[in-house]
Amino acid sequence: MKLADTLQFASGSLRGSPTRTLLMMLAMSIGVAAVVVLTALGEGARRYVIDQFSSLGTNLVIVLPGRTETAGVGPGLMSGQTPRDITLDDAQALLRSRAIKRIAPLTVGSATISRGALNREVVVAGSSSDMLGIRHMSIAVGSFLPPGDLHDSASVCVLGNAIKRELFGNEQAVGQSVRLGDRRFRVIGVLASQGESMGMRTDDLVIIPVATAHQLFNTTSLFRVLIEAKNRDAIEAAVSEAEKIMVQRHSGERDVTVITQDAILQTFDRILTALTMAVGGIAAISLAVAGVLIMNVMLIAVAQRIREIGLLKALGAPARQIRHLFFAEAVLLSGVGSVAGLALGYMGSFIIGKVYPMLPVSPPWWAVLAATLTALGTGVLFSVWPARRAARLDPVAALAGK
Amino acid sequence: MIELQNVCRTFTVGDQQVAALRDIDLRLDAGEYISIMGPSGSGKSTMLNMLGLLDRPSSGTYLLDGGNVTELNDEQQARVRREKIGFVFQSFHLVPRLTAAQNVELPMILAGIPAEERNARVRVLMQNYGLSDRADHKPDQLSGGQRQRVAIARATVMNPTVLLADEPTGNLDRNTGWEVLKLLEGLLEQGITLVLVTHDAEIGARAHRCIHMLDGRIISDERQEK
Ligand SMILES: Nc1ncnc2c1ncn2[C@@H]1O[C@H](COP(=O)(O)OP(=O)(O)O)[C@@H](O)[C@H]1O
Ligand SMILES: [Mg+2]
Repeated sequence: MKLADTLQFASGSLRGSPTRTLLMMLAMSIGVAAVVVLTALGEGARRYVIDQFSSLGTNLVIVLPGRTETAGVGPGLMSGQTPRDITLDDAQALLRSRAIKRIAPLTVGSATISRGALNREVVVAGSSSDMLGIRHMSIAVGSFLPPGDLHDSASVCVLGNAIKRELFGNEQAVGQSVRLGDRRFRVIGVLASQGESMGMRTDDLVIIPVATAHQLFNTTSLFRVLIEAKNRDAIEAAVSEAEKIMVQRHSGERDVTVITQDAILQTFDRILTALTMAVGGIAAISLAVAGVLIMNVMLIAVAQRIREIGLLKALGAPARQIRHLFFAEAVLLSGVGSVAGLALGYMGSFIIGKVYPMLPVSPPWWAVLAATLTALGTGVLFSVWPARRAARLDPVAALAGK
Repeated sequence: MIELQNVCRTFTVGDQQVAALRDIDLRLDAGEYISIMGPSGSGKSTMLNMLGLLDRPSSGTYLLDGGNVTELNDEQQARVRREKIGFVFQSFHLVPRLTAAQNVELPMILAGIPAEERNARVRVLMQNYGLSDRADHKPDQLSGGQRQRVAIARATVMNPTVLLADEPTGNLDRNTGWEVLKLLEGLLEQGITLVLVTHDAEIGARAHRCIHMLDGRIISDERQEK
């Protein structure tokens, strides 16, 4: 029997009982569509998080005070000391490393900003000119903090977009002055609106030189030092050299933590990929259910078509051919079912993408492939038993319908 | 051409042994017209199934063209059925979802014959059996006589050497039955060997050789000159 004839005969028997066929295809396609949609969602979430992280900066390494890696008793307790602060000079010293391209110290606090009668509470970030490039921010009007000595405490500020609008409306802000606490600042720039990025709204931020911030908040310590490594390959060296420099400067004490954005990113990536796979796997169970359904319905079909099977044997079909006919039915069922499921799944993902535009939903290729193969596989696997049963029928008994 | 030597067939029903065929010795020559008669349960159908390789003897030997077919495997036996044997049944056994023409085509599909040749052969046969205008009808749109003619067309489309008919007129009225019988007898001119199981003494008497069975045995085997 030719392959084309086998497929045609099988599709003929499927079309012979359309309701049954449609139901089985529906079960198959829902399974496939579920895998596609759910993995598309998982993948969307993963990409969303990665995009968010990437918008923070590239080749980013962050130094923060205190040692958080050690489990249990911290070094501070061991030596009877609290961790030492990171100072501006510490930050500056990091530039000695050849793996480090540039740094931006960061001090954060809150203060009241006012212009005339208008005032509100804002988050104030003390930093330096390189902050702009490291954090991928951009300026709408004017300029960012001027380069130069980190210890310069000029009374200038850069306003986030939302703050500017609140205080100045449509007026020109650059060149005007505002008060932060009880000190007058000249506005030198306004940040471009950036929206949210990892929970930090630059729109509501006021940025001033780090030395000025230290005076404003009466401190000498830094909240973070942001480091940009020379390139991707230099990240590791940047981390170890930053650690070495800090340990040196803190008289041999390892009291800072150096983290890379890459490490955080990879952790999230791993977690979310695992989540996507788990969700896809759960959806794949519905494919197995569809497979059991196919097996069940096929066993019924074998019983219902028992005379036909007997006839085929009488007409000279060997057991092998009978088996192939049932396999062909299973393959057609699950094949057409998965194509319909893929269409359904892609349509579903498209709709979700329209409803949640910020989520980059698109089914990952591996999930699409796995869903299709699982569908075909379960279809064939679960038809083995019915097909064998049909092939083993005794022709005389089968012809008699027994 | 066909030779059964000492063939027995016993069925096990519960813990009982039912002998459907007992010590059958039979020789059929090419081109013979044989009728098998006997009361219900005498083993006629079992004999026919045995001749058609749908059943295997419990003991004894079946020689076809000198070869022992009881030793063939499933694949080889199917091939013999496909190429040398045609079946016609009392209840037609047409596939209900296929048209008359597709039913006739079925054995050729199983044999892997290309579509053009299949169509040509189906057209010729349908014409010969007066079914041309019924080619696209489903079995349930055909009369009993038409159905049996489709079944005969299907049984002969592979040009078998033996045609086995188990009460082919059993479900038909007298006139239609005779038409079908004429059709089968017409095949003798092409040199086919026709084995006809029937209840009807009048029909059975038309054969060149009448075999009577009782209780799984051949009790008489008469040749008559026509
Ligand atoms: N599959 C079977 N299982 C058990 N007994 C059977 C089976 N087929 C036939 N028989 C028995 O074998 C005997 C011959 O049956 P059969 O060849 O059908 O007779 P006939 O066709 O002459 O009426 C009967 O007694 C019948 O009951
Ligand atoms: Mg019978």
